Amino acid sequence: MNPDEQLYDEQVVRPYVISRGRTEARANLDLISLAVAIRQPTGLEVGLDPEHLAIVRLCRRPLSVAEIAAALDLPAGTVRVLLGDLLDSGFVAVQDPQPEVDVLDERMYRAVLDGLRAL
Amino acid sequence: MASVPSDKPRMPTPVKLLIAGGFGVGKTTMVGAVSEIRPLRTEELLTDRSIGVDDLSGVERKTTTTVAMDFGRISVGDDYVLYLFGTPGQERFWFVWDELARGALGAVVLADTRRLSDCFPSVDYFERRGTPFVVAVNCFEGAPVYDLAEVKMALSLPPDIPVLLCDARRRASGKEVLITLVQHAYSRRPVAKV
Repeated sequence: MNPDEQLYDEQVVRPYVISRGRTEARANLDLISLAVAIRQPTGLEVGLDPEHLAIVRLCRRPLSVAEIAAALDLPAGTVRVLLGDLLDSGFVAVQDPQPEVDVLDERMYRAVLDGLRAL
Repeated sequence: MASVPSDKPRMPTPVKLLIAGGFGVGKTTMVGAVSEIRPLRTEELLTDRSIGVDDLSGVERKTTTTVAMDFGRISVGDDYVLYLFGTPGQERFWFVWDELARGALGAVVLADTRRLSDCFPSVDYFERRGTPFVVAVNCFEGAPVYDLAEVKMALSLPPDIPVLLCDARRRASGKEVLITLVQHAYSRRPVAKV
Protein backbone atom coordinates (compact mmCIF):
# COMPACT_ATOMS: atom_id res chain seq x y z
CA MET A 1 0.00 0.00 0.00
CA ASN A 2 1.23 3.43 -0.78
CA PRO A 3 2.06 5.11 2.55
CA ASP A 4 0.74 8.37 1.08
CA GLU A 5 -2.72 6.89 1.13
CA GLN A 6 -2.51 4.70 4.14
CA LEU A 7 -5.93 3.91 5.44
CA TYR A 8 -6.69 0.91 7.47
CA ASP A 9 -9.24 -0.42 9.83
CA GLU A 10 -8.26 -1.34 13.31
CA GLN A 11 -10.05 -3.99 15.25
CA VAL A 12 -8.16 -3.23 18.41
CA VAL A 13 -9.43 -0.33 20.47
CA ARG A 14 -6.30 0.21 22.45
CA PRO A 15 -6.38 4.01 22.03
CA TYR A 16 -9.77 4.08 23.72
CA VAL A 17 -8.44 1.95 26.54
CA ILE A 18 -5.59 4.37 27.12
CA SER A 19 -8.03 7.26 27.27
CA ARG A 20 -10.39 5.16 29.45
CA GLY A 21 -13.10 5.16 26.87
CA ARG A 22 -13.07 8.90 26.35
CA THR A 23 -12.92 10.10 22.78
CA GLU A 24 -13.76 13.75 23.18
CA ALA A 25 -11.16 15.92 24.83
CA ARG A 26 -12.43 18.82 26.89
CA ALA A 27 -9.77 20.97 25.34
CA ASN A 28 -10.24 20.96 21.58
CA LEU A 29 -6.58 21.11 20.71
CA ASP A 30 -5.34 21.70 17.18
CA LEU A 31 -2.63 19.40 15.78
CA ILE A 32 -0.13 22.28 15.92
CA SER A 33 -1.12 23.44 19.39
CA LEU A 34 2.07 23.51 21.48
CA ALA A 35 2.23 21.97 24.95
CA VAL A 36 5.00 22.40 27.50
CA ALA A 37 5.57 20.76 30.90
CA ILE A 38 5.27 23.20 33.80
CA ARG A 39 5.55 20.70 36.67
CA GLN A 40 7.35 17.38 36.86
CA PRO A 41 5.47 14.48 38.42
CA THR A 42 6.95 13.06 41.63
CA GLY A 43 5.81 9.57 40.68
CA LEU A 44 3.39 9.47 43.60
CA GLU A 45 0.44 11.02 41.78
CA VAL A 46 -2.74 9.02 41.54
CA GLY A 47 -4.43 8.78 38.18
CA LEU A 48 -1.44 9.36 35.96
CA ASP A 49 -0.89 6.58 33.45
CA PRO A 50 2.46 5.79 31.80
CA GLU A 51 1.25 7.67 28.73
CA HIS A 52 0.58 10.78 30.82
CA LEU A 53 4.09 10.58 32.24
CA ALA A 54 5.56 10.05 28.79
CA ILE A 55 3.85 13.22 27.55
CA VAL A 56 5.19 15.27 30.47
CA ARG A 57 8.70 13.94 29.76
CA LEU A 58 8.41 14.76 26.05
CA CYS A 59 7.15 18.26 26.74
CA ARG A 60 10.27 19.48 28.54
CA ARG A 61 10.45 21.59 25.41
CA PRO A 62 7.33 22.86 23.61
CA LEU A 63 5.93 20.14 21.38
CA SER A 64 2.89 20.07 19.13
CA VAL A 65 0.00 17.66 19.56
CA ALA A 66 1.00 16.07 16.22
CA GLU A 67 4.61 15.53 17.36
CA ILE A 68 3.52 14.03 20.69
CA ALA A 69 1.13 11.69 18.87
CA ALA A 70 3.85 10.61 16.45
CA ALA A 71 6.45 10.13 19.19
CA LEU A 72 4.12 7.96 21.30
CA ASP A 73 2.51 6.25 18.30
CA LEU A 74 -0.95 7.20 19.54
CA PRO A 75 -3.82 8.70 17.57
CA ALA A 76 -4.01 12.47 17.89
CA GLY A 77 -7.46 12.18 19.51
CA THR A 78 -6.06 10.07 22.34
CA VAL A 79 -3.26 12.56 22.91
CA ARG A 80 -5.85 15.36 23.13
CA VAL A 81 -7.70 13.49 25.87
CA LEU A 82 -4.49 12.82 27.82
CA LEU A 83 -3.32 16.43 27.42
CA GLY A 84 -6.71 17.56 28.75
CA ASP A 85 -6.05 15.52 31.92
CA LEU A 86 -2.57 17.03 32.25
CA LEU A 87 -3.93 20.54 31.77
CA ASP A 88 -6.49 19.92 34.50
CA SER A 89 -3.86 18.56 36.87
CA GLY A 90 -1.46 21.41 36.12
CA PHE A 91 1.41 19.42 34.65
CA VAL A 92 1.37 21.01 31.23
CA ALA A 93 0.36 24.33 29.77
CA VAL A 94 -0.92 24.85 26.28
CA GLN A 95 -0.09 28.11 24.64
CA ASP A 96 -3.14 28.32 22.43
CA PRO A 97 -5.63 25.49 21.84
CA GLN A 98 -6.49 26.79 18.37
CA PRO A 99 -3.42 28.64 17.12
CA GLU A 100 -4.14 30.95 14.28
CA VAL A 101 -1.46 33.19 12.84
CA ASP A 102 -2.16 36.89 12.67
CA VAL A 103 -2.45 37.28 8.90
CA LEU A 104 -2.01 41.04 9.27
CA ASP A 105 1.32 40.73 11.08
CA GLU A 106 4.03 41.74 8.59
CA ARG A 107 6.71 40.64 11.05
CA MET A 108 5.38 37.08 10.83
CA TYR A 109 5.65 36.97 7.03
CA ARG A 110 9.17 38.41 7.19
CA ALA A 111 10.30 35.91 9.83
CA VAL A 112 8.81 32.97 7.93
CA LEU A 113 10.34 34.07 4.62
CA ASP A 114 13.75 34.65 6.23
CA GLY A 115 13.56 31.22 7.82
CA LEU A 116 12.65 29.55 4.53
CA ARG A 117 15.43 31.37 2.65
CA ALA A 118 17.91 30.11 5.24
CA LEU A 119 16.91 26.49 4.63
CA MET B 1 -7.31 26.79 29.88
CA ALA B 2 -3.93 27.13 31.53
CA SER B 3 -1.59 29.57 29.93
CA VAL B 4 2.16 29.68 30.10
CA PRO B 5 3.39 31.54 33.17
CA SER B 6 5.40 34.60 32.32
CA ASP B 7 8.58 33.23 33.92
CA LYS B 8 8.66 30.44 31.34
CA PRO B 9 10.55 30.98 28.10
CA ARG B 10 8.19 32.31 25.47
CA MET B 11 6.84 29.62 23.19
CA PRO B 12 7.13 30.02 19.44
CA THR B 13 3.98 30.64 17.44
CA PRO B 14 3.15 27.65 15.24
CA VAL B 15 2.45 28.38 11.58
CA LYS B 16 0.74 25.72 9.48
CA LEU B 17 1.23 25.13 5.77
CA LEU B 18 -0.47 22.35 3.83
CA ILE B 19 0.75 20.21 0.96
CA ALA B 20 -2.24 18.88 -0.95
CA GLY B 21 -2.82 17.07 -4.22
CA GLY B 22 -3.83 13.72 -5.61
CA PHE B 23 -2.67 10.23 -4.81
CA GLY B 24 1.06 9.61 -5.23
CA VAL B 25 1.83 13.11 -6.46
CA GLY B 26 4.73 13.55 -4.04
CA LYS B 27 3.20 15.25 -0.99
CA THR B 28 5.15 13.24 1.56
CA THR B 29 8.27 13.51 -0.59
CA MET B 30 8.04 17.30 -0.51
CA VAL B 31 7.35 17.36 3.24
CA GLY B 32 10.44 15.19 3.77
CA ALA B 33 12.63 17.26 1.44
CA VAL B 34 12.15 20.50 3.37
CA SER B 35 11.53 19.27 6.92
CA GLU B 36 14.28 19.55 9.53
CA ILE B 37 12.99 16.34 11.09
CA ARG B 38 12.27 13.00 9.49
CA PRO B 39 8.64 13.23 8.36
CA LEU B 40 6.39 12.05 11.14
CA ARG B 41 3.02 10.44 10.91
CA THR B 42 -0.01 11.23 12.98
CA GLU B 43 -3.36 9.57 12.89
CA GLU B 44 -6.88 10.71 13.49
CA LEU B 45 -9.60 8.28 14.38
CA LEU B 46 -12.81 8.53 12.41
CA THR B 47 -15.43 9.31 14.99
CA ASP B 48 -19.01 10.52 14.87
CA ARG B 49 -17.65 13.75 13.43
CA SER B 50 -17.35 11.89 10.18
CA ILE B 51 -20.84 10.41 10.12
CA GLY B 52 -22.36 11.15 6.80
CA VAL B 53 -18.94 11.18 5.24
CA ASP B 54 -17.95 7.65 5.96
CA ASP B 55 -20.74 5.11 6.01
CA LEU B 56 -19.68 2.38 8.38
CA SER B 57 -23.02 0.57 8.44
CA GLY B 58 -22.61 -3.14 7.93
CA VAL B 59 -19.05 -3.10 9.13
CA GLU B 60 -19.82 -2.97 12.85
CA ARG B 61 -16.99 -5.36 13.61
CA LYS B 62 -14.52 -2.76 12.47
CA THR B 63 -14.61 -0.52 15.45
CA THR B 64 -12.38 2.29 14.31
CA THR B 65 -10.89 3.65 11.14
CA THR B 66 -7.88 5.88 11.08
CA VAL B 67 -6.59 8.35 8.58
CA ALA B 68 -2.87 9.05 8.52
CA MET B 69 -1.17 12.36 7.84
CA ASP B 70 2.51 12.96 7.32
CA PHE B 71 4.03 16.13 8.63
CA GLY B 72 7.32 17.90 9.06
CA ARG B 73 8.71 20.88 10.92
CA ILE B 74 10.90 23.87 10.05
CA SER B 75 12.09 26.13 12.88
CA VAL B 76 11.97 29.76 11.91
CA GLY B 77 14.02 31.82 14.33
CA ASP B 78 12.93 31.82 17.97
CA ASP B 79 9.47 33.17 17.41
CA TYR B 80 7.88 30.86 14.88
CA VAL B 81 7.85 27.21 13.98
CA LEU B 82 6.47 26.01 10.65
CA TYR B 83 4.52 22.78 10.44
CA LEU B 84 3.94 21.22 7.02
CA PHE B 85 1.10 18.77 6.70
CA GLY B 86 0.49 16.49 3.76
CA THR B 87 -3.28 16.28 3.42
CA PRO B 88 -4.86 12.83 3.29
CA GLY B 89 -5.14 11.91 -0.36
CA GLN B 90 -8.72 10.76 -0.28
CA GLU B 91 -11.33 13.45 -0.47
CA ARG B 92 -13.73 11.48 1.68
CA PHE B 93 -11.70 12.73 4.62
CA TRP B 94 -12.95 16.28 4.26
CA PHE B 95 -13.41 16.61 8.00
CA VAL B 96 -9.67 16.11 8.41
CA TRP B 97 -9.05 18.70 5.70
CA ASP B 98 -11.26 21.15 7.56
CA GLU B 99 -9.24 20.66 10.70
CA LEU B 100 -5.96 20.98 8.83
CA ALA B 101 -7.06 24.06 6.89
CA ARG B 102 -8.28 25.87 10.00
CA GLY B 103 -5.69 28.48 10.81
CA ALA B 104 -3.40 27.46 7.94
CA LEU B 105 -1.40 30.27 6.37
CA GLY B 106 -1.60 28.66 2.95
CA ALA B 107 -1.43 25.53 0.86
CA VAL B 108 0.65 24.04 -1.94
CA VAL B 109 -1.39 22.05 -4.44
CA LEU B 110 0.95 19.53 -6.05
CA ALA B 111 0.03 18.54 -9.58
CA ASP B 112 1.18 15.84 -11.98
CA THR B 113 0.68 16.70 -15.65
CA ARG B 114 -0.11 13.05 -16.42
CA ARG B 115 -3.11 13.22 -14.09
CA LEU B 116 -3.85 16.88 -13.86
CA SER B 117 -7.49 16.36 -12.89
CA ASP B 118 -6.35 14.70 -9.64
CA CYS B 119 -5.61 18.12 -8.21
CA PHE B 120 -9.01 19.64 -9.09
CA PRO B 121 -10.62 18.76 -5.72
CA SER B 122 -7.74 20.42 -3.84
CA VAL B 123 -7.92 23.56 -5.99
CA ASP B 124 -11.71 23.73 -5.53
CA TYR B 125 -11.40 23.18 -1.80
CA PHE B 126 -8.91 25.99 -1.16
CA GLU B 127 -10.70 28.36 -3.53
CA ARG B 128 -13.98 27.79 -1.71
CA ARG B 129 -12.35 28.18 1.65
CA GLY B 130 -10.40 31.26 0.69
CA THR B 131 -7.09 29.68 1.77
CA PRO B 132 -4.17 31.20 -0.18
CA PHE B 133 -2.62 28.53 -2.40
CA VAL B 134 -0.11 28.01 -5.19
CA VAL B 135 0.01 25.17 -7.71
CA ALA B 136 3.35 23.37 -8.00
CA VAL B 137 3.72 20.99 -10.94
CA ASN B 138 5.93 18.12 -9.82
CA CYS B 139 8.20 17.28 -12.73
CA PHE B 140 8.19 13.51 -12.89
CA GLU B 141 10.64 11.96 -15.29
CA GLY B 142 8.88 11.01 -18.47
CA ALA B 143 5.86 13.19 -17.79
CA PRO B 144 4.81 15.48 -20.62
CA VAL B 145 6.20 18.96 -20.17
CA TYR B 146 3.61 21.67 -20.54
CA ASP B 147 3.90 25.36 -20.63
CA LEU B 148 2.88 26.79 -17.25
CA ALA B 149 0.28 28.95 -18.98
CA GLU B 150 -1.30 25.78 -20.41
CA VAL B 151 -1.47 24.22 -16.95
CA LYS B 152 -3.03 27.37 -15.61
CA MET B 153 -5.62 27.34 -18.36
CA ALA B 154 -6.36 23.64 -17.90
CA LEU B 155 -7.00 24.28 -14.22
CA SER B 156 -8.99 27.46 -15.02
CA LEU B 157 -7.08 29.25 -12.30
CA PRO B 158 -7.52 32.94 -11.62
CA PRO B 159 -4.55 34.88 -13.06
CA ASP B 160 -3.18 35.82 -9.64
CA ILE B 161 -2.62 32.21 -8.51
CA PRO B 162 1.09 31.36 -8.87
CA VAL B 163 1.87 28.21 -10.84
CA LEU B 164 5.41 26.87 -10.83
CA LEU B 165 7.40 23.80 -11.72
CA CYS B 166 9.12 21.86 -8.97
CA ASP B 167 10.99 18.71 -8.09
CA ALA B 168 9.43 17.49 -4.85
CA ARG B 169 12.55 15.48 -4.01
CA ARG B 170 14.82 18.51 -3.88
CA ARG B 171 15.00 20.75 -0.85
CA ALA B 172 15.93 23.84 -2.92
CA SER B 173 12.88 23.30 -5.09
CA GLY B 174 10.49 22.76 -2.17
CA LYS B 175 11.96 25.81 -0.50
CA GLU B 176 11.24 27.92 -3.60
CA VAL B 177 7.64 26.64 -3.67
CA LEU B 178 7.11 27.50 0.00
CA ILE B 179 8.64 30.96 -0.42
CA THR B 180 6.33 31.59 -3.38
CA LEU B 181 3.38 30.45 -1.26
CA VAL B 182 4.20 32.70 1.70
CA GLN B 183 4.78 35.67 -0.63
CA HIS B 184 1.43 34.96 -2.26
CA ALA B 185 -0.30 34.72 1.14
CA TYR B 186 1.32 38.05 2.04
CA SER B 187 0.04 39.71 -1.12
CA ARG B 188 -3.43 38.30 -0.43
CA ARG B 189 -3.54 39.29 3.24
CA PRO B 190 -6.57 41.27 4.31
CA VAL B 191 -6.03 44.96 4.60
CA ALA B 192 -5.86 46.10 8.22
CA LYS B 193 -8.84 48.09 9.35
CA VAL B 194 -7.87 51.57 10.49
